[in-house]
Amino acid sequence: MTEQEDLEINDIASGSSLSKDAWIRLRKNRPALGGLIILTAFFAIALFTPWIAPYGYEVQDLNLGATGPSQDHWLGTDIFGRDLLTQIMYGGRISLSVGFLATIVALFIGVTWGSIAGFVGGRIDSVMMRLVDILYALPFMIFIILLMVVFGRNMLLLFLAIGAVEWLTMARIMRGQVQNLRQQEFVEAAVAIGLSRSVILVRHIIPNAIGPIIVYTTLTIPSVMLLEAFLSFLGLGIQPPETSWGLLIAYGAETMEEYPWLLLFPGFFLAVTLFSLNFLGDGLRDALDVRGAKD
Amino acid sequence: MQKINSNHLLKVDGLSVSFVTRNGIVKAVEDISFTVDIGKTTAIIGESGSGKSVSCYSLLGLIPTPPGKIDSGSAIFDGEDLLRLSNECLRNVRGRRISMIFQDPMTCLNPFMTIGKQLAEPLICHQRLRRGQARDLSIELLREVGIREPEITIDCFPHEFSGGMRQRVMIAMALINEPELLIADEPTTALDVTIQAQMLSLITELQNKRDLGVIFISHDLSVVSDFADDVIVMQKGRIVESGDRSSILGSPRHPYTKKLLSAIPRGGKAVSSVRGDLPLVQVSNLNTWFSSARYRTPIRAVSNVSFSILSGEVVGLVGESGSGKSTLGRSIVQLIKPTSGSVKFADLELTKLSNSLMKHQRRLIQIIFQDPFASLNPRMTVFDTLAEPMQLHKIVEKRDVTSEVFKIMNDVGLASSSVRKYPHEFSGGQRQRIAIGRALAVRPKFIVADEPVSALDVTIQSQVLTLIQELIDEYGLTMLFISHDLSVIRKISDRILIMHKGSIVEEGSGSKIFEHPENDYTRALIDAIPGRKLQVS
Repeated sequence: MTEQEDLEINDIASGSSLSKDAWIRLRKNRPALGGLIILTAFFAIALFTPWIAPYGYEVQDLNLGATGPSQDHWLGTDIFGRDLLTQIMYGGRISLSVGFLATIVALFIGVTWGSIAGFVGGRIDSVMMRLVDILYALPFMIFIILLMVVFGRNMLLLFLAIGAVEWLTMARIMRGQVQNLRQQEFVEAAVAIGLSRSVILVRHIIPNAIGPIIVYTTLTIPSVMLLEAFLSFLGLGIQPPETSWGLLIAYGAETMEEYPWLLLFPGFFLAVTLFSLNFLGDGLRDALDVRGAKD
Repeated sequence: MQKINSNHLLKVDGLSVSFVTRNGIVKAVEDISFTVDIGKTTAIIGESGSGKSVSCYSLLGLIPTPPGKIDSGSAIFDGEDLLRLSNECLRNVRGRRISMIFQDPMTCLNPFMTIGKQLAEPLICHQRLRRGQARDLSIELLREVGIREPEITIDCFPHEFSGGMRQRVMIAMALINEPELLIADEPTTALDVTIQAQMLSLITELQNKRDLGVIFISHDLSVVSDFADDVIVMQKGRIVESGDRSSILGSPRHPYTKKLLSAIPRGGKAVSSVRGDLPLVQVSNLNTWFSSARYRTPIRAVSNVSFSILSGEVVGLVGESGSGKSTLGRSIVQLIKPTSGSVKFADLELTKLSNSLMKHQRRLIQIIFQDPFASLNPRMTVFDTLAEPMQLHKIVEKRDVTSEVFKIMNDVGLASSSVRKYPHEFSGGQRQRIAIGRALAVRPKFIVADEPVSALDVTIQSQVLTLIQELIDEYGLTMLFISHDLSVIRKISDRILIMHKGSIVEEGSGSKIFEHPENDYTRALIDAIPGRKLQVS
């Protein structure tokens, strides 16, 4: 047996060629790789914040008040004399986890719902999509506020509430994609081979629908982060002394004229995160589209 | 070079066009010279990618620049060099004095505008006619290109026309400003044989009436063999041979021209030796109807069809598009559930099988689709595509899958080095080889081949056809071969079925069908085969 054939056998064991080739192509894409590294670093910092943060998040120094960047406080302090770097680190924990977890919830429900509706079609499709329409029609702020009022403020609920709203668009995009792909001849060819419907959906249809989904996902994460800031601003999300990037930016905007660093630094971290996400999303889309990259 | 002749409508001299791509500069057309005379037809023949379309598009400034670039050459049309005209002047020539017909009549018409509006547009734009005048002229022209009741149909939308009718509208549109030169880019490739024959005679008729110069681009020598005055054969951006029709067709000198000529399918199949007496597939009284909300009665795509295929036999099924031949093929392999009737495969009634039992039978019954661009999953490598059915039906032990994939690739003529490539990295012919390989991967007994060569260039078509013939013998296959092209069918089948409007109208051996056709429709089909002069010679 030749070396090449050996290699091929290992490939079968390690899953589809697509994900492997996509990873190879992603590694070649510098902006996307940079985005991935930055995001990983942010996540690591968020994870270890309680141990590495320079101060506790509740520590105030009212005598100090708002000061600019200094040796003790690298990014300065707010009007209560709280260290801004510490606040950004703790805020990142909340923002990143809300952003990503809520999006994952939305992604999971939306892709499953949309692909089943699109693939099965007929009456089941109509019923499933009418449900989506009904949820669309509900004013979602009221929906979230109701949830918060009934169940009280709770981080988990915040994830679920935002995720439950954001999946609707995802489901619609996915359904359109699947409906289109379902009529393609290669799907018919898969039926002719004798594959079961679930395998056809997972192996032949979803990988071909992934491009728009990835792009929409990278757009959803920032909008979820901003949504959280909005809810917190209304007093429905995170409450001080806990904080998030959205809240920090909102408060920073109020005192922009006197203490500009209170807006600039949290804004900078949010912006870097969004840029990284966009680059990573574009890179992922290109990497998964085998037609695009031809070395 | 000959002197400037007053009969030359267009004289192209030393044209070179290149494209800047990621992989460097690609010379699409190199040093092309040809002429078109008033009232004459010049045919440009070549396979896809040979630069035949690029050379004509660049004359009219229709190639995007960049990445395209005209490196050198001249194109004298009525004393002016088209390649040096400003965009403004070129626009006046284009559509008014030189017009074009494109390959695909569906994508070239705006689906949201009525035929009448689209026809009137160039009249109002170029000749500054009033709406009423433009409409009268349009109706007149539609009648001339053979559209029935043009007063009514002028207000229809493109989707309300059939493919052939749309192509007629395209021709009417091209002629509306009374051009002197018509460039027809594969105008009949997407059409059925019978429609193609009508189109070709229409173009010749209009040409004679209006003294039109025509450049006819095609990949198929047999199409132009009946009417072209001059023939230019292009390969890889260069002209390899040119001359008048009789010399090119009668005594070709360049090996590529000879190859093109020999690729035209002709003759029948030798009687095969490995032929059982037992019917493997028995279709009786099969009906497949589609109900639609728009029509009260269901569309009878397949109506009351009965035939059988002996084990080891290749049966050809011919008919034009819409005759129900693809529906019949799909109904046999149960991709479409037939409305009534029975399909027996080795005495097993397929129409009554449950889905899960049918999945097991799919190991023995396979299908090859027409369009290799659509029938392969774009995100699966050749390896994954071929290995998937083997693993599903456990054709070989897990550790032997790789060697089996390489064996199949070898059998269908693919280099084993391309095992990790994706479909888009292959040409049409190679893709069809992958699709054939996928069907063979489960070692089936019976294959329905649904127009497997219709989407391919003539030379590639003959290669794939030869491959299929070899594989039939090697794998001991029984096959239903579907095509709209009688000459292809005759070459490969033991027996021929002719299908028309959902029913089988005639059945018999190749020689019987060709020499003693009984049905009128069969006769019409045979008459429509292009280049019959070539077939005889």
